[in-house]
Amino acid sequence: MHPYIPHTDEEIQQMLHAIGVEHIDDLYKDVPITVKELKIPKGLDEFTVLSTLESIAQKNAVIEKKNIFMGAGIYSHYIPQVVESVSSRPEFVTAYTPYQAEVSQGTLQALFEYQTMICELTGMEVANSSMYDGASALAEAILMAHRINNKHKVLISQAVHPEYIQTSRTYTCAQKLSFQIVPLNGSGMTDTAVLKNSIDDDSCAVVIQYPNFFGIVEDLRAIKEVAKDLVFIVVAEPFALTVLEPPATFGADIVVGDGQPLGIPMSYGGPTVGFFATLEKHVRKMPGRLIGETTDVDGNKGYVMILQTREQHIRREKATSNICTNHALMAVRNAIFMGVLGPNGMKEVAYKSYSNAHYLAERIQQKGYKLIFDGPFFNEFAVRMTDDYDSKWRKIFQHGVLAPLPLGWYFNQYKDGALACATEVNTKESIDKFVELLGRDGI
Amino acid sequence: MMKKYAKTHEWVQVEGKVATVGISNFAQDKLGDVVYVDLPQVGKVVKKGETLMSIESVKAASDVYAPVSGKVLQVNEKLNDQPELVNKDPEGEGWLVKIEMTNPNELNELLDEGAYKKHCEEEE
Repeated sequence: MHPYIPHTDEEIQQMLHAIGVEHIDDLYKDVPITVKELKIPKGLDEFTVLSTLESIAQKNAVIEKKNIFMGAGIYSHYIPQVVESVSSRPEFVTAYTPYQAEVSQGTLQALFEYQTMICELTGMEVANSSMYDGASALAEAILMAHRINNKHKVLISQAVHPEYIQTSRTYTCAQKLSFQIVPLNGSGMTDTAVLKNSIDDDSCAVVIQYPNFFGIVEDLRAIKEVAKDLVFIVVAEPFALTVLEPPATFGADIVVGDGQPLGIPMSYGGPTVGFFATLEKHVRKMPGRLIGETTDVDGNKGYVMILQTREQHIRREKATSNICTNHALMAVRNAIFMGVLGPNGMKEVAYKSYSNAHYLAERIQQKGYKLIFDGPFFNEFAVRMTDDYDSKWRKIFQHGVLAPLPLGWYFNQYKDGALACATEVNTKESIDKFVELLGRDGI
Repeated sequence: MMKKYAKTHEWVQVEGKVATVGISNFAQDKLGDVVYVDLPQVGKVVKKGETLMSIESVKAASDVYAPVSGKVLQVNEKLNDQPELVNKDPEGEGWLVKIEMTNPNELNELLDEGAYKKHCEEEE
């Protein structure tokens, strides 16, 4: 018997008998790989472990921020030191909303401010205190849309991040939901004519990314016009929202996205945090934790968790969602970051990103490459390179530059394509250097 | 018009094939202040004993079970803005849904007012 599990063999047998299982291993037979097959090596001493990990860590290539031209969901931005120091305060350092949450007024207030800022960014009425990341936030939004109208067909733009679509399929695979991908027109925007023809009586939601995966700013008004009876889900990038008309203006029902650009390092793609905002009329169908502001018996301001009756620790299997947690520390970092920059600072970052990306596009086009789409873009754009772009990308990497994403990694039809990105951290010099590398013989 | 009660504290009032459903005064008193009524969609098909909808009070979110089988014909839209009607007038203005019954014989399994009253006293 395991020393820390206080069940006797007899009790275990009784439990197995009650559920009609002969041996404890039978409970794990659906797991394809068992612990026995993992072939985990013997333990090592601390010094050896550290040295081994250090030598592995040495293999990491560190790219200077100004030389990063790859976005596609994870963006390079400057993170002020104060974000690091405030968010590392032990009072904040927890992955979740703390147990005995009301005792942690500081955390709750930070999360409340976070929710308020997400509402201001998206224009929506209510935001939860975060999800795991942008992809899982979208998957939850789709499940929520199904709760709202009980329909099954999800129309999702081809220009939604492919990994977000994949995650959504995984999340919803047991829910009898079906996905239909809506193609793009020549401007790189979701084709509204196809969208219109795809809508039937069982259509649940339409999902649009804004700006979309290829960087193009979608015409949300046109989407809403043809899909007004569907739940309108918008996947948005936070900095773009500071300069674009917010999705709420165009009748979005749910706005989700990844909070990584807001003060979270790129860190090999994670951990990040997802934001999730909706309209008050849908709030009880919304997943996640919600923090509210109230007053106590003495009239003092206080923060509490609200609408917990939706959540699984109260409603068990009838909960709105199995997510009744959040990425508290990451959300708090978002709030600190936005607080430090302020609305004007965030706009400045967005404008600088916009102008750097447009300068980059201009320089690349001067080298004879053509943009794939002619729609308006924010800080990312798709460009047609050459069939051997993937090997070019690898050669440029050897020069300490993270070149635009080879689109062939995700799409067969854009095998010669690249998704380029610039933000405020790129400089004219770093852009010129990259464009020079791109045109150099042997690359 | 015949009024009957389920042991799970829903009432039914029948007119032809249509049953108006609500929760009893006893039930609303136990729930406390109702803050939200999660009405089902019109057209939803339910079997007797299945979850019909839920009601959220300051204490908890509780399920309302279908006292009869059938299809939801109409819901009390007023409750969207005035959930408190369930507390004020549970067996009148605070009705929840109208169900088109598929098996009116099920009504025989429900309690009449006297039997329901006794059932509540036992639960107290």
